[in-house]
This record gives sequence, C-alpha cells and structure tokens, in this order.
Amino acid sequence: MSNQDVDVAVIGGGPAGLAAAVSAKEHGAKHVVILDRNSWLGGILPQCIHDGFGVEETGESMTGPEYAEKYISMAQQQNIGVMNETMVLHFDKKREIIAVNKKGIHKIKAKTIVLAMGCREKTRWSAMIPGDRPSGIFTAGVAQSFINLYNIMPGKNVVILGSGDVGLIIARRLKFEGANVLGVIEILPYASGLPRNVVQCLDDYDIPLFLNHTVTSIEGRERLERIAIAQVNKNMNPISGTERQIKCDTLLLSLGLIPENELLKNADIKIDEITGGPVVDQNLETTLGGVFACGNCLQVYDTVDMLSIDAKRAGKNAAKYNKSKKLKTSIKLIAGKGVRYVVPQKIDVAGTVHITLRSEKPQEKSILWIIENDKIILRKKLRFVNPANMVKLVIEIPPEVVKSGHKLEVIIDDKR
Amino acid sequence: MTKDKEITCIVCPIGCKILVDLDGKQIKNLEGNKCKQGIDYAINEALDPRRMLTSSILVIGGNWPLVSIKSSQPVPRDKVFQVLKEIKKIKVKAPIKLGQIILTNIANTNINIIATKSIEKL
Ligand SMILES: Cc1cc2nc3c(=O)[nH]c(=O)nc-3n(C[C@H](O)[C@H](O)[C@H](O)COP(=O)(O)OP(=O)(O)OC[C@H]3O[C@@H](n4cnc5c(N)ncnc54)[C@H](O)[C@@H]3O)c2cc1C
Repeated sequence: MSNQDVDVAVIGGGPAGLAAAVSAKEHGAKHVVILDRNSWLGGILPQCIHDGFGVEETGESMTGPEYAEKYISMAQQQNIGVMNETMVLHFDKKREIIAVNKKGIHKIKAKTIVLAMGCREKTRWSAMIPGDRPSGIFTAGVAQSFINLYNIMPGKNVVILGSGDVGLIIARRLKFEGANVLGVIEILPYASGLPRNVVQCLDDYDIPLFLNHTVTSIEGRERLERIAIAQVNKNMNPISGTERQIKCDTLLLSLGLIPENELLKNADIKIDEITGGPVVDQNLETTLGGVFACGNCLQVYDTVDMLSIDAKRAGKNAAKYNKSKKLKTSIKLIAGKGVRYVVPQKIDVAGTVHITLRSEKPQEKSILWIIENDKIILRKKLRFVNPANMVKLVIEIPPEVVKSGHKLEVIIDDKR
Repeated sequence: MTKDKEITCIVCPIGCKILVDLDGKQIKNLEGNKCKQGIDYAINEALDPRRMLTSSILVIGGNWPLVSIKSSQPVPRDKVFQVLKEIKKIKVKAPIKLGQIILTNIANTNINIIATKSIEKL
C-alpha cells in the first residue's frame, strides 16, 4: 500500500472535478490531486460531441470534448496531480481515502476533499417497466458512449423513452448514423428538454414525440422484438384501450440522472432526499467538516457552465478551509410552496450566499419569496420558471438572520 | 402565393410558436413571438435554416477509434445529410490535434470540418 499526504484531494475528474482542482490551486493549495476511475479526464464530456457547452460561462459555444480539453490543459498548467484508472473505494471522517488501481491500494490523507463523482442514469427498474429481459435495452448515455467513443451502433430500429436533453440528442445522433428512430415517448404533457433540442433533434428529422405516453411492456426472447406504449391519464397511469405495439430492436432509456454518492454513506455524510446529493452550507461544505461537494453529485445541473462556476467555489473553499472560522449557529434554508429543492440547505456565515433552486411546476409569471418567520428577506419577480431550468440567485444574508437561528423558507407563488 | 410556416423559437426556454406568413422570399406577417429576439430567429429559420453539425470520423492508429468533429459554420439544413455522407467516406491518421481542419469546402458549402478532440498516435 502506498501512502500520500495531500492538501486537496478531488474525487472525480469530470468538468466539476477539473474546475474545483484548478480553482483550489489558484487559491493557494499546494498539493492537489484528482482521482478518477476512467483512463481519461473530462468525465462524461468526451462523449457529448454536440455543441452548446460553455455559452453562459465563456460566451462561446463549444462541444463537450472541446470544453473538457480547455479545463484539462488548465489543470496541466497548474501542475495538478492526476491518478487515472483509480477507483476510490472509501473515505472516512479523518479524510483518509482508500483508492485502488493496477499498482495496488493507495491511502491518501487529505486536508480537504472535494467530491465530484458526477451522476448515473436511471434504469428500467426506476421506471418499473414490466416484461421480458432481452438484450437491446440501454440507458441513453451508455448508447451515446458506444456510438461516440467506441464506434459501436447499439441497434437499428430504436425507440427512446424520456424526452430530456440526453434523449433528444441521442435521437439525432442515431439518425445521423443511419438508424431508424421510431419515436420518443414522454409521460409528461410537455417535452422535458429544451425547445432548441426538440426542434433541432426531433422536428428536423420528423421523429415523432409521443407526449402523455409511456412504455407498458417489453417483449423479446434473445433480443428486444417489440414494446407496447400507451397513453396515460392525469395520474400518469396507462389508459386501457390506448395501447399499441411498436416493433423495435432497441429501447433507450433517458429517465433522468441520480447523483453518484455511494461513497458518502461510509463517511456518514447527510444526503438531501430530493436532490440526491449531500446537504451543504453556503461554502458547499457537506455535514462532514473539510469535505466539499460540487457538480452533478451535488445536484443535477442543467448546463455545464453553472456547474463549473459552482465547482470553482467548492475548490476555492477547500483550499481556504479553516474550521475555526465557523459560527456556532446555523440556519436552515428550506423549500416551501412551489419549490422543489434549494441548495445550499443551510447557512452558517452571514454575507453573500449563492442559491440554486428548482420550481415544482412550469409558470409563466411568478414571484419568489425568501421569508424568515414573517419577515421578507427577498421578493423577486420571475419571468418564466420551469422545473427543467434551475433558478440561480445571489442574496445577502445579514448577521442577525444567522444569529436568530430561524429557518428561511423559499417560496414560488403565482400571485403577483 | 402565400404560405404559413410555424416556427418554434429556440432563443429561450419559453419556446414561442411563431407563425410566419411567407410570400416567396418575402415575409408578409409574423405573429406569436413574445419578444423581439424571436423575430430575427423566425425570419432566418423561415428563409434559410442552418444547423451546426457535429459527428465523428474514423481514426487510423489512434488511442481512440473515432475523432469527434464539427462544422466550421452552421450548415444549410437541407445539406446536412450530404455533408454526413462525405464524412463517412474518409478515415484520418492519428495523431490529430483539436482544431485541426479535416476536410475543406465540404459538399461545396464553403464550410470546413474541424476536429474537436485531440487523438494520440498509438
Ligand atoms: C447525453 C448528455 C448530454 C449533455 N448535454 C449537455 C449540453 O448540451 N450542455 C451542457 O452544458 N451540459 C450537458 N450535459 C451535462 C454535462 O455533461 C454534465 O453536467 C457534466 O459532465 C457533469 O460533470 P461532473 O464533473 O459533475 O460529472 P462527470 O462528467 O460525470 O464526471 C464524474 C467523474 O467522476 C468519476 N468517478 C465517479 N465515482 C468515482 C470513484 N468512486 N472513484 C473514481 N472516480 C469516480 C467518473 O468516472 C467521472 O469521470 C450533458 C450530459 C449528458 C449525459
């Protein structure tokens, strides 16, 4: 077993981990190391070959691999240590990491840790689709890596379940590579991806979008042979009599992402059940001191831009970590009416706080309130909210609010 | 002869449905847009729709079997499959540098095909 002491250990070398590591180094951390199980850096980005990355952050639209290379070269310039093909198995309250690679087992003692493990895709079992278990059923991201990284076509006649951006983008990609895309099935009454992707990935190629529909059965002995789809009612249950069969050899599932946080369980870090990521404070520090979180393992971001901006804060705070600075009291930030979740979930230092949240449902005009008991901390008009678009706010929290120990409630109301 | 085209605006997540009343190459009327930004988009989309094109090309002797690519500029929408057909015909030798021009004036569009990833030689 090899032993190593580092200032900041970053678990995961995707865009979040890279941005955090670069920022930690820029803010004075001497020895920064990134640990990633892949043989490359950049996480999921090298397979996202479409463009649209970096627009908010840099004003320039890049493809996923271009965005990744930009950060990889920054990491190289900063002399950040990289351990690829290295899987982190465990870390504990003393911030001792156990990782394994071809050379053996490594113990890394870190002053601070930044979690940047990304997320994984929901599977057939999250949607409870009944039927046979033939081959030919993949998650959309896996199909994307087959096509874009390994030059393998997952199938010929394809149906996609789920109209998030990942599902829409893979539909166009399959079409480009000569597959027959029979349709995208969406249980909601609206597409969950951006209008841009509905237009440019489906409409352009006459790929049908079945709204208010779901897959009700899967049939096939060896390989998938057919699926059944049906319309759903308001409670999202299939309506009998609306079922129809589609012959296909491949079903791709784009059902959403779950933060990858198995490692947190051993370290006893508290997880927010709604975001699936750790509970954090305004510094993106988890409930275990000296351990910070960023990227899609904190919450599933819409775009890599916002993700990188937040990840830089996590890296900076990890570099500047000083446990004595903290106040004894902390206040909770909770999601009230109309709000699905809020990050951070707690605040223990007064001052500027960056908040991200998602609404419960789409609304054209609404007002966002932040309320302490009956006192209004913030009132802000929102032009268009949609659960698919994260809302980002910067607010000033006065010291007396933190000292009060009261919780802050965030509400989105349709009344003006 | 006039012809209506319904265009979904992609400028922001609202996705307004804009109805463009076209008389040949002349815009006669435009409605359904909630803001001004939609106007330019709808006009371009009605008269000359273009798309950024991204795909991949086979690599010989590299650490990856494919190199991801993009068009140097948006490609006229009706030429997308022609461009893809040209791309499928070729293979590129490693090493490849991000930004390297792989093909010029593809399908007579005056548009180049550019590598979006660096590939090492094995
Ligand atoms: C199909 C698809 C299309 C997308 N399109 C867009 C788009 O158009 N625009 C946009 O802005 N964003 C887009 N995104 C989102 C963007 O790619 C992600 O937001 C971003 O990659 C997430 O970054 P991350 O660093 O949090 O996670 P990841 O990129 O997933 O990186 C996490 C890394 O951690 C490693 N890891 C995890 N656990 C361990 C462990 N125990 N030990 C070692 N290593 C570990 C993983 O191997 C991985 O390399 C898309 C995503 C997908 C899947």
